[in-house]
Amino acid sequence: MSVAQTSFSPTAVRGPGWDGRFTVLILFLPPALLLFTLFVVLPIGEAAWYSAFSWNGFGRPTNWIGFDNYRFVLETRAFWLALRNNGLIIAVSVLIQLPLALTLALMLAERFRGAVALRMLFFMPYILAEIATGLIFSFVYDGDYGLVASIWRTFGAEPPHLLASTDTAMLAVLIVVVWKYFGFHMMLFIAALQGLDKSLVEAATIDGATRSQTLRHVVVPLLYPTIRLSVFFAIIGSLQLFDLVMPLTRGGPADSSNTMVSFLYNNGISRMRVGYGSAIGVILFVICVTFAFTYKRWFMRDE
Amino acid sequence: MNDAETTRTPFDPAILFKALFLAVIAVLVLVPLLATLLGGFKSLGELRVNPFGLPRHWEWQNYADILFSARYWQLLRNSLVISTLAVILTLIVASMAAFTFAHVKFYGSSMLLSYLTLGLLFPAATAVLPLFIKVRDLGLLDTYFGVALPQVAFSLAMSVLLLRRFFKDIPYELLEAALVDGCSYIKFFRYVTLPLSRPILATVGTITFVNSWNAYLLPLVMLNTDALYPWPLGIMVYQGEYSSEWHLILAFITLTILPTVILFLLAQKHIVAGLTAGAVKG
Repeated sequence: MSVAQTSFSPTAVRGPGWDGRFTVLILFLPPALLLFTLFVVLPIGEAAWYSAFSWNGFGRPTNWIGFDNYRFVLETRAFWLALRNNGLIIAVSVLIQLPLALTLALMLAERFRGAVALRMLFFMPYILAEIATGLIFSFVYDGDYGLVASIWRTFGAEPPHLLASTDTAMLAVLIVVVWKYFGFHMMLFIAALQGLDKSLVEAATIDGATRSQTLRHVVVPLLYPTIRLSVFFAIIGSLQLFDLVMPLTRGGPADSSNTMVSFLYNNGISRMRVGYGSAIGVILFVICVTFAFTYKRWFMRDE
Repeated sequence: MNDAETTRTPFDPAILFKALFLAVIAVLVLVPLLATLLGGFKSLGELRVNPFGLPRHWEWQNYADILFSARYWQLLRNSLVISTLAVILTLIVASMAAFTFAHVKFYGSSMLLSYLTLGLLFPAATAVLPLFIKVRDLGLLDTYFGVALPQVAFSLAMSVLLLRRFFKDIPYELLEAALVDGCSYIKFFRYVTLPLSRPILATVGTITFVNSWNAYLLPLVMLNTDALYPWPLGIMVYQGEYSSEWHLILAFITLTILPTVILFLLAQKHIVAGLTAGAVKG
Protein backbone atom coordinates (compact mmCIF):
# COMPACT_ATOMS: atom_id res chain seq x y z
CA MET A 1 0.00 0.00 0.00
CA SER A 2 2.64 2.46 1.08
CA VAL A 3 4.64 1.73 -2.05
CA ALA A 4 1.64 2.58 -4.16
CA GLN A 5 1.18 5.81 -2.26
CA THR A 6 4.73 7.01 -2.59
CA SER A 7 4.81 6.32 -6.32
CA PHE A 8 1.57 8.21 -6.76
CA SER A 9 2.45 11.32 -8.66
CA PRO A 10 0.47 14.52 -8.29
CA THR A 11 0.95 15.34 -11.95
CA ALA A 12 -1.25 12.39 -12.87
CA VAL A 13 -4.21 14.06 -11.21
CA ARG A 14 -3.88 17.61 -12.39
CA GLY A 15 -1.74 16.67 -15.33
CA PRO A 16 1.01 18.92 -16.51
CA GLY A 17 -0.12 21.95 -18.41
CA TRP A 18 -3.78 22.60 -17.69
CA ASP A 19 -3.73 25.38 -20.27
CA GLY A 20 -2.81 22.90 -22.96
CA ARG A 21 -5.74 20.75 -21.98
CA PHE A 22 -8.11 23.68 -22.22
CA THR A 23 -6.94 24.47 -25.77
CA VAL A 24 -7.52 20.85 -26.78
CA LEU A 25 -10.99 20.89 -25.25
CA ILE A 26 -12.14 23.98 -27.09
CA LEU A 27 -10.52 22.99 -30.38
CA PHE A 28 -10.94 19.23 -30.59
CA LEU A 29 -14.38 18.47 -29.20
CA PRO A 30 -16.75 21.02 -30.74
CA PRO A 31 -16.60 19.79 -34.37
CA ALA A 32 -17.75 16.30 -33.42
CA LEU A 33 -20.35 17.50 -30.93
CA LEU A 34 -21.68 20.10 -33.32
CA LEU A 35 -22.03 17.73 -36.28
CA PHE A 36 -23.58 15.04 -34.13
CA THR A 37 -26.05 17.39 -32.48
CA LEU A 38 -26.99 19.12 -35.70
CA PHE A 39 -27.50 16.07 -37.91
CA VAL A 40 -28.37 13.27 -35.49
CA VAL A 41 -29.86 14.49 -32.22
CA LEU A 42 -31.80 17.55 -33.35
CA PRO A 43 -33.55 15.79 -36.24
CA ILE A 44 -34.82 13.10 -33.86
CA GLY A 45 -36.21 15.79 -31.56
CA GLU A 46 -37.69 17.63 -34.51
CA ALA A 47 -39.27 14.43 -35.77
CA ALA A 48 -41.18 14.23 -32.48
CA TRP A 49 -42.25 17.88 -32.90
CA TYR A 50 -43.21 17.64 -36.60
CA SER A 51 -45.15 14.46 -35.98
CA ALA A 52 -47.82 16.53 -34.24
CA PHE A 53 -48.55 18.50 -37.42
CA SER A 54 -50.09 17.91 -40.76
CA TRP A 55 -47.37 19.52 -42.85
CA ASN A 56 -45.98 19.25 -46.37
CA GLY A 57 -42.58 20.68 -45.45
CA PHE A 58 -43.06 24.17 -46.88
CA GLY A 59 -43.33 27.28 -44.76
CA ARG A 60 -43.79 26.73 -41.03
CA PRO A 61 -45.77 23.83 -39.55
CA THR A 62 -49.02 25.39 -38.29
CA ASN A 63 -51.68 22.74 -38.61
CA TRP A 64 -51.43 21.09 -35.16
CA ILE A 65 -53.23 17.76 -35.07
CA GLY A 66 -51.85 16.23 -31.87
CA PHE A 67 -51.44 12.49 -31.98
CA ASP A 68 -53.54 11.99 -35.10
CA ASN A 69 -50.52 11.09 -37.24
CA TYR A 70 -49.73 8.22 -34.91
CA ARG A 71 -53.33 7.09 -35.10
CA PHE A 72 -53.20 7.25 -38.92
CA VAL A 73 -50.01 5.19 -38.97
CA LEU A 74 -51.37 2.56 -36.62
CA GLU A 75 -54.58 2.33 -38.64
CA THR A 76 -52.67 1.64 -41.86
CA ARG A 77 -52.63 -2.01 -42.79
CA ALA A 78 -49.33 -1.53 -44.62
CA PHE A 79 -47.67 -0.48 -41.37
CA TRP A 80 -48.51 -3.78 -39.70
CA LEU A 81 -47.44 -5.65 -42.83
CA ALA A 82 -44.10 -3.85 -42.69
CA LEU A 83 -43.71 -4.68 -39.02
CA ARG A 84 -44.55 -8.32 -39.74
CA ASN A 85 -41.97 -8.37 -42.54
CA ASN A 86 -39.32 -7.02 -40.20
CA GLY A 87 -40.27 -9.83 -37.83
CA LEU A 88 -39.92 -12.35 -40.67
CA ILE A 89 -36.45 -11.03 -41.52
CA ILE A 90 -35.40 -11.42 -37.89
CA ALA A 91 -36.86 -14.94 -37.74
CA VAL A 92 -35.06 -16.04 -40.92
CA SER A 93 -31.83 -14.42 -39.73
CA VAL A 94 -31.93 -16.23 -36.41
CA LEU A 95 -33.34 -19.59 -37.52
CA ILE A 96 -31.63 -20.06 -40.89
CA GLN A 97 -28.84 -17.57 -41.40
CA LEU A 98 -27.25 -17.89 -37.96
CA PRO A 99 -26.96 -21.72 -37.94
CA LEU A 100 -25.65 -21.58 -41.51
CA ALA A 101 -23.06 -18.94 -40.61
CA LEU A 102 -22.02 -20.86 -37.51
CA THR A 103 -21.67 -24.15 -39.38
CA LEU A 104 -19.57 -22.53 -42.10
CA ALA A 105 -17.43 -20.75 -39.51
CA LEU A 106 -16.71 -24.03 -37.71
CA MET A 107 -15.70 -25.57 -41.03
CA LEU A 108 -13.61 -22.66 -42.26
CA ALA A 109 -11.90 -21.73 -39.00
CA GLU A 110 -9.73 -24.82 -39.51
CA ARG A 111 -6.70 -24.51 -41.71
CA PHE A 112 -6.88 -26.31 -45.02
CA ARG A 113 -6.17 -25.42 -48.59
CA GLY A 114 -8.78 -23.04 -49.89
CA ALA A 115 -10.24 -22.14 -46.50
CA VAL A 116 -9.17 -18.51 -46.72
CA ALA A 117 -10.36 -18.21 -50.32
CA LEU A 118 -13.76 -19.62 -49.35
CA ARG A 119 -14.02 -17.21 -46.42
CA MET A 120 -13.38 -14.30 -48.75
CA LEU A 121 -15.85 -15.63 -51.29
CA PHE A 122 -18.59 -15.97 -48.68
CA PHE A 123 -17.82 -12.51 -47.31
CA MET A 124 -17.99 -10.96 -50.79
CA PRO A 125 -21.80 -10.49 -50.93
CA TYR A 126 -21.60 -8.45 -47.74
CA ILE A 127 -19.36 -5.77 -49.24
CA LEU A 128 -21.44 -5.38 -52.41
CA ALA A 129 -23.78 -2.42 -52.30
CA GLU A 130 -27.33 -3.37 -51.39
CA ILE A 131 -28.54 -1.61 -54.51
CA ALA A 132 -26.28 -3.72 -56.72
CA THR A 133 -27.29 -6.91 -54.89
CA GLY A 134 -30.95 -6.04 -55.28
CA LEU A 135 -30.53 -5.41 -59.00
CA ILE A 136 -28.56 -8.65 -59.50
CA PHE A 137 -31.35 -10.59 -57.86
CA SER A 138 -34.09 -8.79 -59.70
CA PHE A 139 -32.34 -10.29 -62.74
CA VAL A 140 -32.06 -13.70 -61.08
CA TYR A 141 -35.79 -13.65 -60.32
CA ASP A 142 -36.86 -12.09 -63.62
CA GLY A 143 -39.68 -14.13 -65.12
CA ASP A 144 -38.46 -13.73 -68.73
CA TYR A 145 -34.67 -13.58 -68.64
CA GLY A 146 -33.74 -14.64 -65.14
CA LEU A 147 -31.89 -17.64 -63.81
CA VAL A 148 -34.91 -18.95 -61.92
CA ALA A 149 -37.04 -18.71 -65.05
CA SER A 150 -34.43 -20.63 -67.02
CA ILE A 151 -34.38 -23.44 -64.45
CA TRP A 152 -38.16 -23.60 -64.51
CA ARG A 153 -38.17 -23.77 -68.31
CA THR A 154 -35.77 -26.72 -68.43
CA PHE A 155 -38.43 -28.61 -66.49
CA GLY A 156 -40.98 -27.45 -68.99
CA ALA A 157 -42.88 -25.32 -66.51
CA GLU A 158 -44.17 -21.80 -67.01
CA PRO A 159 -41.71 -19.48 -65.17
CA PRO A 160 -43.17 -17.62 -62.21
CA HIS A 161 -42.78 -13.88 -61.69
CA LEU A 162 -41.66 -14.20 -58.10
CA LEU A 163 -41.30 -10.50 -57.37
CA ALA A 164 -44.68 -9.61 -58.87
CA SER A 165 -46.80 -11.83 -56.67
CA THR A 166 -47.90 -10.91 -53.17
CA ASP A 167 -47.38 -14.53 -52.14
CA THR A 168 -43.74 -14.83 -53.13
CA ALA A 169 -42.26 -11.30 -53.14
CA MET A 170 -41.32 -11.29 -49.47
CA LEU A 171 -39.96 -14.83 -49.66
CA ALA A 172 -37.74 -13.73 -52.54
CA VAL A 173 -36.49 -10.77 -50.48
CA LEU A 174 -35.75 -13.04 -47.52
CA ILE A 175 -33.59 -15.31 -49.67
CA VAL A 176 -31.55 -12.32 -50.82
CA VAL A 177 -31.16 -11.16 -47.21
CA VAL A 178 -29.63 -14.51 -46.26
CA TRP A 179 -27.45 -14.56 -49.40
CA LYS A 180 -26.10 -11.11 -48.66
CA TYR A 181 -25.52 -11.23 -44.90
CA PHE A 182 -24.57 -14.79 -43.91
CA GLY A 183 -20.91 -14.09 -44.74
CA PHE A 184 -20.77 -11.20 -42.29
CA HIS A 185 -22.08 -13.35 -39.46
CA MET A 186 -19.72 -16.14 -40.50
CA MET A 187 -16.79 -13.73 -40.18
CA LEU A 188 -17.98 -12.70 -36.71
CA PHE A 189 -17.90 -16.35 -35.67
CA ILE A 190 -14.53 -17.02 -37.30
CA ALA A 191 -13.04 -14.03 -35.48
CA ALA A 192 -14.48 -15.35 -32.21
CA LEU A 193 -13.27 -18.91 -32.88
CA GLN A 194 -9.75 -17.67 -33.50
CA GLY A 195 -9.80 -15.88 -30.19
CA LEU A 196 -10.95 -18.97 -28.30
CA ASP A 197 -8.85 -20.47 -25.56
CA LYS A 198 -7.48 -23.59 -27.31
CA SER A 199 -6.53 -25.24 -24.02
CA LEU A 200 -10.20 -25.82 -23.18
CA VAL A 201 -10.73 -27.72 -26.41
CA GLU A 202 -7.53 -29.69 -25.85
CA ALA A 203 -8.59 -30.51 -22.29
CA ALA A 204 -11.90 -31.85 -23.54
CA THR A 205 -10.15 -33.96 -26.18
CA ILE A 206 -7.73 -35.36 -23.61
CA ASP A 207 -10.65 -36.20 -21.36
CA GLY A 208 -11.99 -38.33 -24.19
CA ALA A 209 -14.71 -36.13 -25.63
CA THR A 210 -15.55 -36.84 -29.25
CA ARG A 211 -15.44 -34.07 -31.82
CA SER A 212 -19.17 -33.50 -31.75
CA GLN A 213 -19.24 -33.56 -27.95
CA THR A 214 -16.46 -30.99 -27.83
CA LEU A 215 -18.34 -28.86 -30.30
CA ARG A 216 -21.64 -29.01 -28.50
CA HIS A 217 -20.46 -28.74 -24.92
CA VAL A 218 -17.31 -26.65 -25.18
CA VAL A 219 -17.03 -24.63 -28.39
CA VAL A 220 -20.63 -23.52 -28.87
CA PRO A 221 -21.11 -22.41 -25.22
CA LEU A 222 -17.90 -20.40 -25.53
CA LEU A 223 -19.45 -18.71 -28.56
CA TYR A 224 -22.65 -17.62 -26.79
CA PRO A 225 -21.53 -13.99 -26.49
CA THR A 226 -20.86 -13.91 -30.24
CA ILE A 227 -24.19 -15.60 -30.97
CA ARG A 228 -25.97 -12.93 -28.94
CA LEU A 229 -24.02 -10.27 -30.82
CA SER A 230 -24.93 -11.83 -34.15
CA VAL A 231 -28.62 -11.83 -33.20
CA PHE A 232 -28.28 -8.21 -32.14
CA PHE A 233 -26.89 -7.24 -35.54
CA ALA A 234 -29.55 -9.25 -37.34
CA ILE A 235 -32.29 -7.34 -35.52
CA ILE A 236 -30.71 -3.89 -35.94
CA GLY A 237 -30.04 -4.71 -39.60
CA SER A 238 -33.61 -5.79 -40.17
CA LEU A 239 -34.94 -2.56 -38.66
CA GLN A 240 -32.94 -0.47 -41.13
CA LEU A 241 -33.26 -2.62 -44.24
CA PHE A 242 -34.20 -0.43 -47.18
CA ASP A 243 -31.65 -0.30 -50.01
CA LEU A 244 -32.07 -3.99 -50.79
CA VAL A 245 -35.85 -3.81 -51.04
CA MET A 246 -36.01 -0.86 -53.42
CA PRO A 247 -34.48 -2.46 -56.54
CA LEU A 248 -36.26 -5.75 -55.89
CA THR A 249 -39.85 -4.76 -55.19
CA ARG A 250 -40.04 -1.18 -53.88
CA GLY A 251 -42.05 -2.71 -51.07
CA GLY A 252 -44.74 -4.03 -53.37
CA PRO A 253 -46.78 -5.57 -54.77
CA ALA A 254 -49.57 -4.14 -52.62
CA ASP A 255 -47.15 -3.35 -49.76
CA SER A 256 -46.48 -7.06 -49.30
CA SER A 257 -42.69 -6.70 -49.06
CA ASN A 258 -42.29 -3.35 -47.29
CA THR A 259 -39.90 -3.05 -44.38
CA MET A 260 -40.36 -0.29 -41.80
CA VAL A 261 -37.95 2.00 -43.63
CA SER A 262 -39.35 1.36 -47.11
CA PHE A 263 -42.83 1.96 -45.67
CA LEU A 264 -41.50 5.24 -44.24
CA TYR A 265 -40.01 6.13 -47.61
CA ASN A 266 -43.06 5.24 -49.69
CA ASN A 267 -45.59 6.91 -47.42
CA GLY A 268 -43.72 9.78 -45.82
CA ILE A 269 -40.71 10.88 -47.84
CA SER A 270 -41.72 10.35 -51.44
CA ARG A 271 -44.98 12.23 -50.85
CA MET A 272 -43.44 14.86 -48.55
CA ARG A 273 -45.93 14.14 -45.79
CA VAL A 274 -43.54 15.41 -43.13
CA GLY A 275 -45.82 14.97 -40.12
CA TYR A 276 -46.93 11.46 -41.05
CA GLY A 277 -43.40 10.39 -42.04
CA SER A 278 -41.99 11.82 -38.81
CA ALA A 279 -44.51 9.83 -36.81
CA ILE A 280 -43.31 6.63 -38.54
CA GLY A 281 -39.72 7.70 -37.83
CA VAL A 282 -40.49 8.25 -34.15
CA ILE A 283 -42.16 4.84 -33.90
CA LEU A 284 -39.12 3.23 -35.52
CA PHE A 285 -36.84 5.18 -33.19
CA VAL A 286 -38.75 4.02 -30.12
CA ILE A 287 -38.62 0.41 -31.33
CA CYS A 288 -34.85 0.61 -31.96
CA VAL A 289 -33.99 2.26 -28.66
CA THR A 290 -36.29 0.09 -26.55
CA PHE A 291 -34.91 -2.98 -28.24
CA ALA A 292 -31.27 -1.91 -27.87
CA PHE A 293 -31.65 -1.19 -24.16
CA THR A 294 -33.65 -4.29 -23.28
CA TYR A 295 -31.39 -6.54 -25.31
CA LYS A 296 -28.28 -5.07 -23.69
CA ARG A 297 -29.81 -5.40 -20.24
CA TRP A 298 -31.09 -8.95 -20.69
CA PHE A 299 -28.58 -10.63 -22.92
CA MET A 300 -25.35 -8.70 -22.99
CA ARG A 301 -24.98 -7.76 -19.36
CA ASP A 302 -21.35 -8.76 -19.07
CA GLU A 303 -20.08 -7.16 -22.27
CA MET B 1 -11.17 -52.64 -47.29
CA ASN B 2 -9.01 -53.20 -44.24
CA ASP B 3 -8.39 -50.97 -41.25
CA ALA B 4 -4.85 -50.04 -42.17
CA GLU B 5 -6.03 -48.65 -45.45
CA THR B 6 -8.77 -46.47 -43.98
CA THR B 7 -6.36 -44.85 -41.59
CA ARG B 8 -3.87 -44.19 -44.37
CA THR B 9 -6.21 -42.77 -46.97
CA PRO B 10 -8.26 -40.11 -45.22
CA PHE B 11 -11.55 -41.12 -46.74
CA ASP B 12 -14.06 -39.98 -44.22
CA PRO B 13 -17.74 -39.48 -45.10
CA ALA B 14 -17.77 -36.43 -42.84
CA ILE B 15 -15.10 -34.78 -44.96
CA LEU B 16 -16.90 -35.62 -48.16
CA PHE B 17 -20.10 -34.16 -46.75
CA LYS B 18 -18.25 -31.05 -45.64
CA ALA B 19 -16.68 -30.58 -49.05
CA LEU B 20 -20.05 -31.02 -50.76
CA PHE B 21 -21.72 -28.57 -48.42
CA LEU B 22 -19.03 -25.94 -48.97
CA ALA B 23 -19.21 -26.50 -52.72
CA VAL B 24 -22.97 -26.02 -52.79
CA ILE B 25 -22.75 -22.76 -50.84
CA ALA B 26 -19.86 -21.56 -53.01
CA VAL B 27 -21.91 -22.25 -56.14
CA LEU B 28 -24.94 -20.42 -54.72
CA VAL B 29 -22.77 -17.39 -53.97
CA LEU B 30 -20.85 -17.45 -57.23
CA VAL B 31 -23.58 -18.17 -59.78
CA PRO B 32 -25.51 -14.88 -59.47
CA LEU B 33 -22.24 -12.93 -59.59
CA LEU B 34 -20.84 -14.81 -62.59
CA ALA B 35 -24.17 -14.70 -64.41
CA THR B 36 -24.13 -10.92 -63.97
CA LEU B 37 -20.59 -10.59 -65.28
CA LEU B 38 -21.19 -12.92 -68.24
CA GLY B 39 -24.69 -11.58 -68.92
CA GLY B 40 -23.09 -8.27 -69.77
CA PHE B 41 -21.27 -10.01 -72.65
CA LYS B 42 -24.40 -11.48 -74.19
CA SER B 43 -27.05 -10.15 -76.50
CA LEU B 44 -30.55 -9.87 -75.12
CA GLY B 45 -31.70 -12.78 -77.24
CA GLU B 46 -28.94 -15.04 -76.03
CA LEU B 47 -29.51 -14.01 -72.42
CA ARG B 48 -33.03 -15.35 -72.67
CA VAL B 49 -32.05 -18.83 -73.83
CA ASN B 50 -28.65 -19.07 -72.15
CA PRO B 51 -28.49 -17.08 -68.90
CA PHE B 52 -26.01 -19.42 -67.18
CA GLY B 53 -23.35 -20.43 -69.68
CA LEU B 54 -20.49 -18.69 -71.40
CA PRO B 55 -21.58 -16.32 -74.16
CA ARG B 56 -21.49 -17.85 -77.65
CA HIS B 57 -20.68 -14.43 -79.08
CA TRP B 58 -18.79 -12.12 -76.80
CA GLU B 59 -20.50 -8.74 -77.13
CA TRP B 60 -17.76 -6.40 -76.01
CA GLN B 61 -19.90 -3.55 -77.23
CA ASN B 62 -22.13 -3.57 -74.10
CA TYR B 63 -19.20 -2.91 -71.82
CA ALA B 64 -17.40 -0.62 -74.24
CA ASP B 65 -20.45 1.62 -74.68
CA ILE B 66 -20.69 2.13 -70.93
CA LEU B 67 -16.96 2.58 -70.42
CA PHE B 68 -16.85 5.23 -73.12
CA SER B 69 -19.92 7.07 -71.86
CA ALA B 70 -19.51 10.25 -69.83
CA ARG B 71 -22.38 9.09 -67.65
CA TYR B 72 -20.53 6.14 -66.07
CA TRP B 73 -17.50 8.21 -65.16
CA GLN B 74 -19.62 11.02 -63.82
CA LEU B 75 -21.41 8.63 -61.47
CA LEU B 76 -18.15 7.19 -60.22
CA ARG B 77 -16.68 10.66 -59.81
CA ASN B 78 -19.65 11.86 -57.77
CA SER B 79 -19.45 8.78 -55.55
CA LEU B 80 -15.73 9.25 -55.16
CA VAL B 81 -16.09 12.91 -54.19
CA ILE B 82 -18.80 12.21 -51.61
CA SER B 83 -17.01 9.20 -50.11
CA THR B 84 -13.68 11.01 -49.97
CA LEU B 85 -15.28 13.99 -48.24
CA ALA B 86 -16.94 11.65 -45.75
CA VAL B 87 -13.71 9.75 -45.06
CA ILE B 88 -11.53 12.85 -44.61
CA LEU B 89 -14.03 14.65 -42.40
CA THR B 90 -14.73 11.54 -40.32
CA LEU B 91 -11.04 10.88 -39.76
CA ILE B 92 -10.29 14.47 -38.74
CA VAL B 93 -13.33 15.10 -36.58
CA ALA B 94 -13.48 11.65 -34.97
CA SER B 95 -9.76 11.38 -34.23
CA MET B 96 -9.72 14.81 -32.57
CA ALA B 97 -12.67 13.90 -30.39
CA ALA B 98 -11.30 10.43 -29.65
CA PHE B 99 -7.96 11.94 -28.64
CA THR B 100 -9.67 14.26 -26.20
CA PHE B 101 -11.73 11.44 -24.72
CA ALA B 102 -8.67 9.19 -24.45
CA HIS B 103 -6.08 11.57 -23.03
CA VAL B 104 -7.65 14.67 -21.56
CA LYS B 105 -9.39 14.28 -18.22
CA PHE B 106 -12.15 16.80 -17.75
CA TYR B 107 -15.45 17.09 -15.96
CA GLY B 108 -18.27 15.57 -18.01
CA SER B 109 -15.99 13.54 -20.27
CA SER B 110 -17.79 10.24 -19.82
CA MET B 111 -21.17 11.95 -20.11
CA LEU B 112 -20.24 13.51 -23.45
CA LEU B 113 -18.90 10.19 -24.69
CA SER B 114 -22.16 8.41 -23.87
CA TYR B 115 -23.98 11.24 -25.61
CA LEU B 116 -22.02 10.54 -28.80
CA THR B 117 -22.58 6.79 -28.58
CA LEU B 118 -26.34 7.37 -28.65
CA GLY B 119 -25.74 7.43 -32.38
CA LEU B 120 -25.24 3.66 -32.34
CA LEU B 121 -28.78 3.05 -31.22
CA PHE B 122 -30.83 4.03 -34.22
CA PRO B 123 -30.47 4.20 -38.01
CA ALA B 124 -30.28 7.44 -39.98
CA ALA B 125 -33.58 6.57 -41.63
CA THR B 126 -35.61 7.32 -38.50
CA ALA B 127 -35.02 11.05 -38.74
CA VAL B 128 -34.53 11.40 -42.45
CA LEU B 129 -37.45 13.80 -43.02
CA PRO B 130 -36.38 16.38 -40.41
CA LEU B 131 -32.82 15.83 -41.62
CA PHE B 132 -33.96 16.73 -45.13
CA ILE B 133 -35.57 19.92 -43.83
CA LYS B 134 -32.45 20.79 -41.82
CA VAL B 135 -30.18 20.28 -44.81
CA ARG B 136 -32.57 22.34 -46.95
CA ASP B 137 -32.65 25.18 -44.41
CA LEU B 138 -28.86 25.17 -44.29
CA GLY B 139 -28.84 25.60 -48.06
CA LEU B 140 -26.98 22.31 -48.56
CA LEU B 141 -29.68 20.53 -50.52
CA ASP B 142 -28.36 19.25 -53.83
CA THR B 143 -24.71 19.58 -52.80
CA TYR B 144 -22.05 16.98 -52.03
CA PHE B 145 -21.82 18.28 -48.47
CA GLY B 146 -25.54 17.80 -47.95
CA VAL B 147 -24.89 14.06 -48.28
CA ALA B 148 -21.42 13.83 -46.76
CA LEU B 149 -22.01 15.83 -43.56
CA PRO B 150 -24.93 13.71 -42.28
CA GLN B 151 -22.95 10.59 -43.21
CA VAL B 152 -20.04 11.86 -41.11
CA ALA B 153 -22.38 12.67 -38.23
CA PHE B 154 -23.87 9.18 -38.28
CA SER B 155 -20.51 7.44 -38.51
CA LEU B 156 -19.03 9.46 -35.62
CA ALA B 157 -20.25 7.24 -32.79
CA MET B 158 -18.60 4.07 -34.05
CA SER B 159 -15.48 5.87 -35.29
CA VAL B 160 -14.86 7.70 -32.01
CA LEU B 161 -15.27 4.47 -30.02
CA LEU B 162 -12.85 2.52 -32.23
CA LEU B 163 -10.25 5.30 -32.29
CA ARG B 164 -10.49 6.05 -28.58
CA ARG B 165 -9.84 2.44 -27.65
CA PHE B 166 -6.74 2.42 -29.82
CA PHE B 167 -5.48 5.81 -28.58
CA LYS B 168 -5.88 4.70 -24.98
CA ASP B 169 -3.34 1.94 -25.54
CA ILE B 170 -0.66 4.52 -26.26
CA PRO B 171 1.19 4.63 -22.91
CA TYR B 172 0.22 7.58 -20.76
CA GLU B 173 3.87 7.93 -19.66
CA LEU B 174 4.73 8.84 -23.22
CA LEU B 175 2.31 11.74 -23.16
CA GLU B 176 3.45 12.78 -19.70
CA ALA B 177 7.09 12.80 -20.73
CA ALA B 178 6.31 14.76 -23.88
CA LEU B 179 4.34 17.36 -21.91
CA VAL B 180 7.15 17.74 -19.37
CA ASP B 181 9.54 18.32 -22.27
CA GLY B 182 7.33 21.17 -23.41
CA CYS B 183 5.44 19.42 -26.20
CA SER B 184 1.82 20.53 -26.43
CA TYR B 185 -1.16 18.20 -26.56
CA ILE B 186 -1.80 19.24 -30.13
CA LYS B 187 1.76 18.52 -31.22
CA PHE B 188 1.62 15.19 -29.43
CA PHE B 189 -1.58 14.37 -31.29
CA ARG B 190 -0.10 15.37 -34.62
CA TYR B 191 3.37 13.83 -34.27
CA VAL B 192 2.87 10.85 -31.94
CA THR B 193 -0.76 9.71 -31.76
CA LEU B 194 -1.66 9.91 -35.44
CA PRO B 195 1.49 8.26 -36.84
CA LEU B 196 1.19 5.44 -34.29
CA SER B 197 -2.46 4.89 -35.18
CA ARG B 198 -2.23 4.21 -38.90
CA PRO B 199 -3.84 0.75 -38.73
CA ILE B 200 -6.94 1.93 -36.89
CA LEU B 201 -7.19 5.05 -39.06
CA ALA B 202 -7.08 2.80 -42.13
CA THR B 203 -9.79 0.58 -40.64
CA VAL B 204 -12.09 3.48 -39.74
CA GLY B 205 -11.42 5.10 -43.10
CA THR B 206 -12.29 1.90 -44.94
CA ILE B 207 -15.56 1.35 -43.06
CA THR B 208 -16.60 4.94 -43.69
CA PHE B 209 -15.64 4.72 -47.34
CA VAL B 210 -17.52 1.48 -48.02
CA ASN B 211 -20.63 2.74 -46.19
CA SER B 212 -20.61 6.05 -48.03
CA TRP B 213 -19.81 4.49 -51.41
CA ASN B 214 -22.74 2.09 -51.11
CA ALA B 215 -25.22 4.51 -49.52
CA TYR B 216 -28.56 5.01 -51.22
CA LEU B 217 -31.16 6.58 -48.90
CA LEU B 218 -29.34 9.80 -47.96
CA PRO B 219 -28.30 10.77 -51.51
CA LEU B 220 -31.78 9.81 -52.71
CA VAL B 221 -33.33 12.28 -50.31
CA MET B 222 -30.72 15.05 -50.53
CA LEU B 223 -29.94 15.21 -54.27
CA ASN B 224 -32.24 16.29 -57.09
CA THR B 225 -29.83 16.93 -59.94
CA ASP B 226 -28.83 13.94 -62.07
CA ALA B 227 -25.38 15.44 -62.56
CA LEU B 228 -24.65 15.04 -58.84
CA TYR B 229 -25.94 11.48 -58.44
CA PRO B 230 -23.60 8.90 -56.97
CA TRP B 231 -23.64 5.51 -58.67
CA PRO B 232 -26.36 3.75 -56.59
CA LEU B 233 -28.82 6.47 -57.63
CA GLY B 234 -27.50 6.54 -61.17
CA ILE B 235 -27.83 2.81 -61.66
CA MET B 236 -31.44 2.89 -60.48
CA VAL B 237 -32.16 5.62 -63.04
CA TYR B 238 -30.36 3.57 -65.68
CA GLN B 239 -32.41 0.51 -64.81
CA GLY B 240 -35.55 2.60 -65.09
CA GLU B 241 -34.58 3.72 -68.60
CA TYR B 242 -33.53 0.32 -69.95
CA SER B 243 -36.13 -1.58 -67.97
CA SER B 244 -35.90 -4.96 -69.66
CA GLU B 245 -32.67 -4.69 -71.60
CA TRP B 246 -31.00 -6.84 -69.04
CA HIS B 247 -27.75 -7.32 -70.97
CA LEU B 248 -27.01 -3.59 -70.67
CA ILE B 249 -28.12 -3.40 -67.05
CA LEU B 250 -25.96 -6.39 -66.13
CA ALA B 251 -22.93 -4.83 -67.81
CA PHE B 252 -23.61 -1.60 -65.93
CA ILE B 253 -23.95 -3.42 -62.60
CA THR B 254 -20.69 -5.27 -63.21
CA LEU B 255 -18.82 -2.07 -63.99
CA THR B 256 -20.19 -0.27 -60.94
CA ILE B 257 -19.39 -3.03 -58.45
CA LEU B 258 -15.95 -3.56 -59.98
CA PRO B 259 -14.32 -0.75 -57.94
CA THR B 260 -15.73 -2.23 -54.72
CA VAL B 261 -14.49 -5.70 -55.59
CA ILE B 262 -11.02 -4.40 -56.49
CA LEU B 263 -10.85 -2.37 -53.29
CA PHE B 264 -11.94 -5.43 -51.37
CA LEU B 265 -9.23 -7.60 -52.89
CA LEU B 266 -6.60 -4.94 -52.24
CA ALA B 267 -7.64 -4.00 -48.72
CA GLN B 268 -9.40 -7.16 -47.55
CA LYS B 269 -7.45 -7.20 -44.32
CA HIS B 270 -8.70 -3.76 -43.30
CA ILE B 271 -12.20 -4.36 -44.55
CA VAL B 272 -12.71 -7.67 -42.77
CA ALA B 273 -11.03 -6.37 -39.62
CA GLY B 274 -12.98 -3.13 -39.74
CA LEU B 275 -16.39 -4.53 -40.48
CA THR B 276 -16.21 -7.44 -38.06
CA ALA B 277 -13.77 -6.38 -35.33
CA GLY B 278 -15.47 -3.02 -35.08
CA ALA B 279 -18.63 -4.93 -34.49
CA VAL B 280 -17.17 -7.46 -32.06
CA LYS B 281 -15.59 -4.90 -29.81
CA GLY B 282 -18.12 -2.13 -30.30
